Amino acid sequence: MKKKLYPYLLVGPALAFMMVFVVYPMFYLGYISLTNWNLINPNKKFVALDNYKELFGREEFYQTLWNTCTYTFWTVLLIMTVALLLAVWFNKNTRFDLFGQLAIFTPHIVALVSVAMVWLWLMDPDAGLLNYILGLFGIPPCGWLQSSKTSMMSIILVSVWKSVGYYTLIILSALQGIPKEIYEAAALDNTPKWKQFFKITLPIISPQLFFLLIVMTIGSFKVFETVRVMTGGGPNFSTNVLVYYIYDYAFNNMKLGFAAAAGMVLLAIVGLVTVVYFKMLSKKVHYQ
Amino acid sequence: MSKKKALRMLKKTPEYLIKTIIILIFVFPFYWMICTAFKTYAEAIATPPTLWPADIVLENFRTAWESGPFPTYLKNSVIVTASVIVVQFILMVPAAYGFARFEFKGKNLLFSIVLIAFMMPSQIVFIPVYLMMARWDLLGTLLPQILPFAANAFGIFLLRQYFMQVPEEIIEAAKLDNAKESQIMFRIMLPMAKSAMMTVALFSFVSQWNDYFWPLVMTNDDRLRPLTVGIAMLKDAEGLVNWHVIMAGNTILVIPIVIIYIFASRQIVKAFVYSGIK
Repeated sequence: MKKKLYPYLLVGPALAFMMVFVVYPMFYLGYISLTNWNLINPNKKFVALDNYKELFGREEFYQTLWNTCTYTFWTVLLIMTVALLLAVWFNKNTRFDLFGQLAIFTPHIVALVSVAMVWLWLMDPDAGLLNYILGLFGIPPCGWLQSSKTSMMSIILVSVWKSVGYYTLIILSALQGIPKEIYEAAALDNTPKWKQFFKITLPIISPQLFFLLIVMTIGSFKVFETVRVMTGGGPNFSTNVLVYYIYDYAFNNMKLGFAAAAGMVLLAIVGLVTVVYFKMLSKKVHYQ
Repeated sequence: MSKKKALRMLKKTPEYLIKTIIILIFVFPFYWMICTAFKTYAEAIATPPTLWPADIVLENFRTAWESGPFPTYLKNSVIVTASVIVVQFILMVPAAYGFARFEFKGKNLLFSIVLIAFMMPSQIVFIPVYLMMARWDLLGTLLPQILPFAANAFGIFLLRQYFMQVPEEIIEAAKLDNAKESQIMFRIMLPMAKSAMMTVALFSFVSQWNDYFWPLVMTNDDRLRPLTVGIAMLKDAEGLVNWHVIMAGNTILVIPIVIIYIFASRQIVKAFVYSGIK
């Protein structure tokens, strides 16, 4: 009897914490989204789907979703492309390349708040370094975060800069797992380098790339810090994204029920992407 | 140098040049942050900008440090980060060991909870967890920043992997010697998973120290805020004008991480890369 209980005692405490702080809150969030809970009035009542009706009746919510999708699309596309290029290019064992790998990874371990503030400073329209550099090339100054035309692009730029090194190193480790003999055979045939990349490298690491795609997508839907520090969702709502929207309604407008409904939308999106992820994961394990 | 070698070097020059530019793109903003932090206000916003401060000014760090209760912020960051790492290890090691070495009813179901915890972004659960903390009357403490991170799903994954690799013969031999389960865990398993545990600790340190979202939503009192939140508030206090002070504040936040990165860069890279591929 004691023997049988032992494994449960080992895994129990950690799982209890996960149940309390991850699994239970998911259901609790669903419940909150069905109430008119707010932080000012302690009397909450059940309002069924009213919050969802209100949410989907608001144009700003669609704007927010659109912004989040635009952000996700460009961030994922740019990170994937640049990370692939950098990984292939820095995939050498010279001291210089190893140093380069560490250097491009640096932004990833620095707090996003600081990264956001440093770029806010670089993108300052008047005294910022970026506009000064543009000026050296005779390009007129850019409004960066302060113009609704360029604000989203600026946020995307910062996110790509921050994360691309991380994905570069992951792809790099995938590249190093490819057996050298495959390339030796190709070299004998005088296959050009770019052809080797598209015919050999890319197909071999494509499963890993697919998973990175999923991880990046989920990561992009969570974007918050850069927006909160750099734009506050503005100007003119141009950078308001889903998590910022939820945060704003929960803690600035105190409308917890409404914010929870928006949270459920995020949960649905992340859930959907995750299900795809695990479907593919089980396939991958299957074929190995 | 032979002619051939020189020619090869010459051919390589464009590659090194472009790579140097790429490296600068990723490192220069941090240099610019530190450089601005040592400038006077006038020099910070001067055109053309200077690449090296004319007079090195330490004043900005004091201004930043005294603009809010920064000793408290620092203390909170240290306490939260350290507690999270300690609590994580207490929960993680037995759990990983249990999943790695035992077969039991419902194991797959229980492990899927770990998977869910691994995938679940904190941006989804913050409203309910905030309300739970309020109901438990914990919002006046640091616990809302510690308890939700107590169970580290990533760490359980990683350690489980290491524990599973320990050869069965070693354990059988220990059992023949009448070793207790706890002895097997502490004497055999843990030493073998040393590097994995280092990896997890570094990963937790970096993510906890840098975290902004969670402490932002869990605190509304300066006595409980960590450095990240305090420094973000510096931006509101100084406006978008006193960049030299804001950059000084950020330098204070970034320096500990950068120092650790310089000394343990390979380890840190390994930790993060592993978290991305599992």
